[in-house]
Parts: sequence; C-alpha cells; structure tokens
Amino acid sequence: MNARVLDRSVLYAGAIFLAIWVLVPFYLIAISAFTPQAKIFDYPKPLVPTSLSTDTMQFFVEARGVIPSVLNSLVVALFTIVFGLVLGAPAGYALARFRFRGREAFQVVVLMTKMFPIAILSIPLAVTFLQLGLYDNLISVALVHTAMALPFIVLVTGGVFVAVSHELEEAAQTLGCSRWGAFLRIVLPLALPGLAAAAIFTFVISWNEVFAATILTLRTRTLPAQVLASLSTSPLAFKFAGGLFMVLPAIVFIFLIRKYLMNLWGSR
Amino acid sequence: MRTRTERFLPFALLLPTIAFLTLLIVIPMVQALLLSVMAESDGLSLDNFQRMFADVNFSDAWRNTLLLLILIVPLQIVLALVMALLINSRFRGHGIFLYIYAIPLAISDLAAGILWLAVFTERGYLNSTLQNAGVIDQPVLWLSFDNFAGILSAIVIAESWRATALVLVILIAGLQLIPRDFFEAADLFGANRLRRTVHVVLPLLRPSLQSALIIRTIFAFQTFAVVFALAGRNMPVLAGEAYTWYATNRNEHVAAAYAVVVLGLTVVAIIVYLRVLGLREAEVQR
Repeated sequence: MNARVLDRSVLYAGAIFLAIWVLVPFYLIAISAFTPQAKIFDYPKPLVPTSLSTDTMQFFVEARGVIPSVLNSLVVALFTIVFGLVLGAPAGYALARFRFRGREAFQVVVLMTKMFPIAILSIPLAVTFLQLGLYDNLISVALVHTAMALPFIVLVTGGVFVAVSHELEEAAQTLGCSRWGAFLRIVLPLALPGLAAAAIFTFVISWNEVFAATILTLRTRTLPAQVLASLSTSPLAFKFAGGLFMVLPAIVFIFLIRKYLMNLWGSR
Repeated sequence: MRTRTERFLPFALLLPTIAFLTLLIVIPMVQALLLSVMAESDGLSLDNFQRMFADVNFSDAWRNTLLLLILIVPLQIVLALVMALLINSRFRGHGIFLYIYAIPLAISDLAAGILWLAVFTERGYLNSTLQNAGVIDQPVLWLSFDNFAGILSAIVIAESWRATALVLVILIAGLQLIPRDFFEAADLFGANRLRRTVHVVLPLLRPSLQSALIIRTIFAFQTFAVVFALAGRNMPVLAGEAYTWYATNRNEHVAAAYAVVVLGLTVVAIIVYLRVLGLREAEVQR
C-alpha cells in the first residue's frame, strides 16, 4: 500500500511541477502588465506585487496605432475564418463521406501543408500583391492566413462530419430531401459545434501570426505586426502590456476547443 | 445520372482547397526561386546568393538556427514525453493538467518571447529572485549582445516552454492509439513503470515521436519572432535575416534567396519524413 501511495505522490508532484513551469510566465507577464509604469524599473522586484494599476495597460491601449491594429487583427481573423470554412469544409465533408481515387494522395497534401513554412512565402507574395495593388491590404494578409489554416480546417471538419451519423443523412434523403437539403437540415446543425471549434482554431492561427502580417503590411498593421515592428523602439511597459493583450484571447479560446486539440495535431 | 454526379462530387468538393493551395503555395514557391535568381538589372544570375553568402550575418544565421534546433528539439521531446506519460497514467484530475500543458499551443512565438523578456530583462524577475536570494549582488545582463550563452539560453527556454505543447498533443494522440491491454499485460508480468515505458510504450510510440521530431525540426527553421523579442538583431537567424533583408534593407531578391534556403531545408526534411515514416503510414490518418 505504501509503495502505491509513494507512486501516486511522485506522479502528482511531477504533474504539479510541470504545471507551475507552464503557468509561471503567465503570472509574471500579468503582474508586469499591471505594474504602474513608474515601478517597471524597480529592482529587485517582489514576486508578489505591492501595487497594481491599469496605468501600463492604459498606456498601451492609448498608444498610437494600437486600437486600429486590434481592429485590423479582428478583421483579418474574420476573413480568414470565412475563406477557410468556405474552402475547407467541403473538402472535410468529402473526406468524411466518400471513398474515391486520390483520397490518400489528398491526405498527404493536407499533411504536407500543415508543416509547410507558408509564412516565408509572404516574401514572393508581397512582390505579387504589390503588382496587383493588394499590398498593405487586410485581404491579402487574410489569404495567407487562410492557406495556413486550411489543412487544420480540413482535418477538423473531416472529423466532425465523420461523427455525424451517415444513416440520419440517408434517411432524410429517402424521405425526400435532396443531398443538399439533407446536408442543410440534418448534417449542418449537428456539425455546428465542431465547425465552431474549427473557426476558433482558425482565429487563433490568424491572431497569432507575425511574419506574413509584418511583411505584407506597412500601415494597416495587425496587432502582432504592430508590436513586432516597434520592438526596437518601444519601452518595456508597451511590450509587457502588448504581450498580455496578445495572450489573453488565446487562453480563453484554447479552453473552448480543448476537446478538439488531438484532432488538430494528432493525425500524422 | 445520380451515380455520375456522385462520382464527381468528391472531386468538386476538393477542388476549391486544391486550387487555393496551388495559388498560395506552389506559385509563390516558383516565384521565390525566380526572384532569388533574378539580377537587379535583367537576366539570371547568382548575384543574390553571392550577396547572401558574403553577408556577415549569413554564417551566424546558419549556425544559430542549427544550434537552436539541436538544443531545443530534444529538450521539447523529452519534456513532452514526460508530460504525455503522466497524463496517460490517467490519474484523477489529469484533464486539468492536460489543459494547462496545452495552453502554450495558442501562444504566438512573439508573445512567448515577450513573456520571457519579463523574466530575463536586466531588471526582470530572474535577476530579482536571484538578488533577493542573495545569489548575485547586481543584475546579470542575460540578453546583452556580448553574452551569447545568456541570449541562447533565454531563447532555448522560451521556445521549449512554448512549443513543447505541440509535441505533447502529437504524443498523446499517439498514446491513445496504444490499446490499454498492452499496459495491463505488462503489469501482469510484473514490469515496473520505468521498464514498461522503455520496453512497451516507447517502441509503440515511435511513429508519433518521429512525426513530432520532424514537424518541430521544420518549424525550427522558421524561428524568428521569439528571437527578435529577446535578442533584437543580436542573434541572427535564417528567417530573421529574410525579414530584415525585405523590411529593413528593402532588397526582396536577397530576402527571396533566404526564403529559398528555408524552403530547401523544409523540402529535405519532408522527404526524410516520408522516407522514415513510409508513405503508407503517413497517409493513414490517426
């Protein structure tokens, strides 16, 4: 019995230690971002803050270009979600419902794209977008983000549509629905939570993306592009507040889609 | 009639994705290649590559990118493996721990760099803690340009912190494929946990480990924002040089040459991936 108790305690001690390792930086950025600006350079800093204020956060939000960049980030993410679902969900459905020639080849393509360094392609793309008059345009950023998100959307929606009972869909068709009608009335409502998860994951990809967003824009910066482009000139207070600002939605969203995480990366 | 549309339907459904990926990936890849071999005036030349090779930062960028890869990837695999095995023992409350370990999956490399900047900056939390503990009398300049080991350690820690979650998710998905009977059979024969892990679990987890290894290797070639946030330009890396040549030096040709280098490394890694895992295994989802 003692060996078992010991075994359990080692297990829990290890798990808790690793959880602290993951959580500590979040705690530190949070107290940094809520330290009054005047105290950011205090040294040595206590690990439990003596005074908190929204002063630093306010400074960040009021800094030039920050609010517009947040709005730009949201617009880009929204376009990415729409483009991604419109393009990718049909492919996910095809993978879930049909056995066809080339199905495996397509899966390999999806797998390759998942690993592919699409961001680095924004350099040749920037030249093209410049010629097309699409440079410094939120749509062009959204297009690149769509290419990044697409393989994940195909995988998640594929998994979602597999989970929706095929019999139900067929029953609707025998009862007089067209394939499209059965899809709209039966499959879509049942698949909605999974599609929402795909949308949320797409949001996270787009919200976080730095390289392409910085290369493809000049004035219409997204939030990460704005923070990156001003890294060498901005004060620490600005960076800390910006860091917290970028991290917060991500934490909420990963919680919402925790069930689907294995689908996103698990399939090799 | 019905069977005919049925036969073409899956292809019609795949077409938008294939067309889009061709437009946004295949064509730009060719363009990157063309840009990199295009002379400033007209015609083809290797001038851009020569300029890239001659640049003082090039050899540093190579060395640093590979150094980071060699230091970070094994660390992440070991850390993620420990996490995955802990979670897989299904102790009470393992779900909460899985969620906590997975949070960094949603954190960008830029944000991760800034989070760790709060730790490593001159008057940051690392120096504060060491000073309070009496270990140091004055702040250590971890991120100063002449403290290569300091910068390197900070980046290795920040990247290991952030991207371990990705490896973790791949490994847990792999562990879920191993039937529980395997674990119970090992119990029956009296294998203790460590021996069971080494002899039963690890061999079965090999495909997932290889897959995580190669995906992380490919992503390591793109390491960029975390380095910029912690070290500025004191630590050149390949993707960072591509960015600098494009955005600061305004030379898209040399930037494209760097892009071609990163793309080349990726293609090699993908070929290795398919060779190692075998096309058959890679094709099969889950």
